[in-house]
Amino acid sequence: MATHEFAAQESHAHAAPQGFIRKWVFSLDHKVIGLQYYFLALAAVFVGMFLSLLMRIHLIWPTATLPLLGDIKPETYLTLVTMHGTIMVFFVLTTAPQGGFGNYFLPIQIGAPDMAFPVLNMLSFWTTFLGFVVMIAAFFVAGGAPLHGWTGYAPLSALQSAGPGEGLGADLWIISIAIFCIGALMGALNFITTTLDMRAKGMTMMRMPLTCWAWFVTAILGLLAFGVLLSGGILLLMDRNLGTSFFVPLVTINGQLTGHRGGSPLLWQHLFWFFGHPEVYIAILPAMGMCSQLLSVFSRKPIFGYKAMVYAIMAIGFLGFMVWGHHMFMSGMSPYTAFAFSIMTMAIGVPSAIKTFNWLGTLWGGRIRFTSPMLFAIGFVSLFVVGGISGPFLAQPVLDIQLHDTYFVPAHFHLIMGVASIFGIFAATYYWFPKMFGRMMNETLALWHFLFSFIGTYAIFMPMHYLGMAGMPRRYSQLTEVAYLHNLIPLQKFITYAAFVTIAGQLIFVVNLFWSMFKGKKASDNPWEATTLEWTTATPPPHDNFGGRTPVVHNGPYEYSVPGAPRDYVMQSDPEIKSAH
Amino acid sequence: MGLILLIIIWLITLVSTYFFVAKTWWLPVGASAAAPGIDHHFTVTFILMGVVFVVAQLALGYLVWLYRERGSSSSKVTYSHGNTTMEIAWTVLTTILFVGLNLASSSIWASERFRPAEANAVRVEVTGMQFAWYFRYPGPDGQFGATKPELEDASAGGEAALGLDTKDPASKDDVVTGTMVVPVNREVEVILRAHDVIHSFFIPTMRFKQDAVPGLAIHMHFTPVQTGDNEILCAELCGLGHYKMHGMLKVVSQQEFDKWMAEREAEKQ
Repeated sequence: MATHEFAAQESHAHAAPQGFIRKWVFSLDHKVIGLQYYFLALAAVFVGMFLSLLMRIHLIWPTATLPLLGDIKPETYLTLVTMHGTIMVFFVLTTAPQGGFGNYFLPIQIGAPDMAFPVLNMLSFWTTFLGFVVMIAAFFVAGGAPLHGWTGYAPLSALQSAGPGEGLGADLWIISIAIFCIGALMGALNFITTTLDMRAKGMTMMRMPLTCWAWFVTAILGLLAFGVLLSGGILLLMDRNLGTSFFVPLVTINGQLTGHRGGSPLLWQHLFWFFGHPEVYIAILPAMGMCSQLLSVFSRKPIFGYKAMVYAIMAIGFLGFMVWGHHMFMSGMSPYTAFAFSIMTMAIGVPSAIKTFNWLGTLWGGRIRFTSPMLFAIGFVSLFVVGGISGPFLAQPVLDIQLHDTYFVPAHFHLIMGVASIFGIFAATYYWFPKMFGRMMNETLALWHFLFSFIGTYAIFMPMHYLGMAGMPRRYSQLTEVAYLHNLIPLQKFITYAAFVTIAGQLIFVVNLFWSMFKGKKASDNPWEATTLEWTTATPPPHDNFGGRTPVVHNGPYEYSVPGAPRDYVMQSDPEIKSAH
Repeated sequence: MGLILLIIIWLITLVSTYFFVAKTWWLPVGASAAAPGIDHHFTVTFILMGVVFVVAQLALGYLVWLYRERGSSSSKVTYSHGNTTMEIAWTVLTTILFVGLNLASSSIWASERFRPAEANAVRVEVTGMQFAWYFRYPGPDGQFGATKPELEDASAGGEAALGLDTKDPASKDDVVTGTMVVPVNREVEVILRAHDVIHSFFIPTMRFKQDAVPGLAIHMHFTPVQTGDNEILCAELCGLGHYKMHGMLKVVSQQEFDKWMAEREAEKQ
């Protein structure tokens, strides 16, 4: 295996590029591509956040006129809902943790000079970028962006006459997602091959940092899930433009026959959620890996139950493909299948709980350093717990009767796949910024950013549980038409105010990010005293990652406070220690 | 910093939990036969998950404070790679908790969704279209008349909106209304249809929700046990008027229901 690995590495070495275009635009270097993904996600997250702010404003001041947009009509609100969800899920939560940090650090952490297929890597980024451009273009075409929600349920998404935005805007939306799928598939192939074939000598699978395990399993999920969404998207485009009826039965819009017959609206839901549920784990697994890594580094303690963590990642990935039907308990699919989907969904709580126990076990008996990445890792654990425990409510069909499509659902998924993942991204940013840019981020600003984000997140999403229990449905542009919703408007107001404050707190992050890039304190090669391979190389790493040297690995990734060792950390490339496994 | 984190995490836990325990916002009043069972299971799940939430958050806050770095006075770090016995213990415990919880609720689900409606149930066909609910009663003959898509005239409302074929003898006594009226303490069989896109028939007080899907006729049932007005909502995004796709379920005594139905039939003649 080792010989094979070296052969693979040598064949992928390429000379450092000259010139701006080859170095920073059409770069083959996984580090540059990682940064490109990261900054694409950063741009996307601000678009997505801005849209959510407009939604929040409209919900509590429905008659307010907004700059640029004027009056927000009900369909405009639904457009905001749709585009916020789509942009956040695809171009932020899928793009930053995997495309961004995965690209930059997977090869370095396993001791490889680059990804297995550098050209494919470049193509996958530019494909994703193109997808983003097409998505944004949907805002500017006649009729505007679609209003069918990020889940795009047919027939609403399949019929041009179903509403404003369901014309060219909806076509662009589907095309953008299809392009994104192609980019994600290329990326997934690259990640899997790199992990399997490019590891340095001594870097056995069970010595890989948990971040690498998370990226690896995420890539497998991506490979299996995005293909299905891509096919679903193509079928939907055909229904819309070529007169096929995959998802549309005989329907009338406003009394007018549409010419479709025989299709199944539920088929779209099956295809969509077969992708959609693994997508949740595509968003959260890298954050889990990140959090595991950081809790160990900053508790100065080995991760509690490394093997259990690896098996839990695999179990989550595996079970993640068997639970898609829990989104469809109320859809009209056979109620008997709900039993199976429900049991599998509850079962996925087990590996998730194991991970939480192990995170707490890692803190136990440690010596915790409250660095900025650690704050966000601790915040992640808290959010993972609170987002996790609402899962068993929604996973039980009996309770889903009341809670399905109420605010309880956005409360659940925003906490767990949304903000918990975002906390993973923040933690990773603060942690790896010194390696990527050679400077430290400002810790005081980071602390304020953490406080705004952590408290703000609870203030925004905790009340959404209460709204959901009280029966407030999602995706309502106005709350005035249903009598019992009037009592809940004060809670909605509170959420909007909390959103204002939390979003303002994100500006601290942006200032810190760009200020530190140029003015931050110079970073040493290993400022956090961590053990993994990225900290053995120069800051920022040279083009081939290790400056002509090929690392050899002797130890596991989390050897902290080893009894008898001269320092409280033993690098993976240090001589083998007896107590390591 | 450890203390700040402890205070923040504990305070957030306390405040969040307070509003749940005080039931400041809670499930709407349950007015159907299934509501007590569903609400009870909700409470059981709520207590178990609430304990997990509180214990995990308190532990997190406590651990980060207790094991904070304290310079040279810090106690020695425990060098440990984990504990297999504990891993097995909490794997087994969480499996029992989650799967057990699930099995405990399965009989309610079965009675809600596996059995067909009783023979003496009041039958109501519910049709969703952008952006209104229509309710159709079969009349004394117990038969729903035929409907035809090409006869639909949404702007005319009522029977015309459903495309009721007046040539069909079975349709003569069909009653179509914009408000759903049912007798109390009798099972209601709903037959859910949709003309255009997916809608979802949601009556919070009845603990009832089911998507209405074009191309499908979905048979469901519920039993109201209190008289009064109940709001009906659409719970599946159906287009720009989703938020105002509102209806009303009036639960009345059997006598009032019979009287109301007789009046509607008389109007038809």
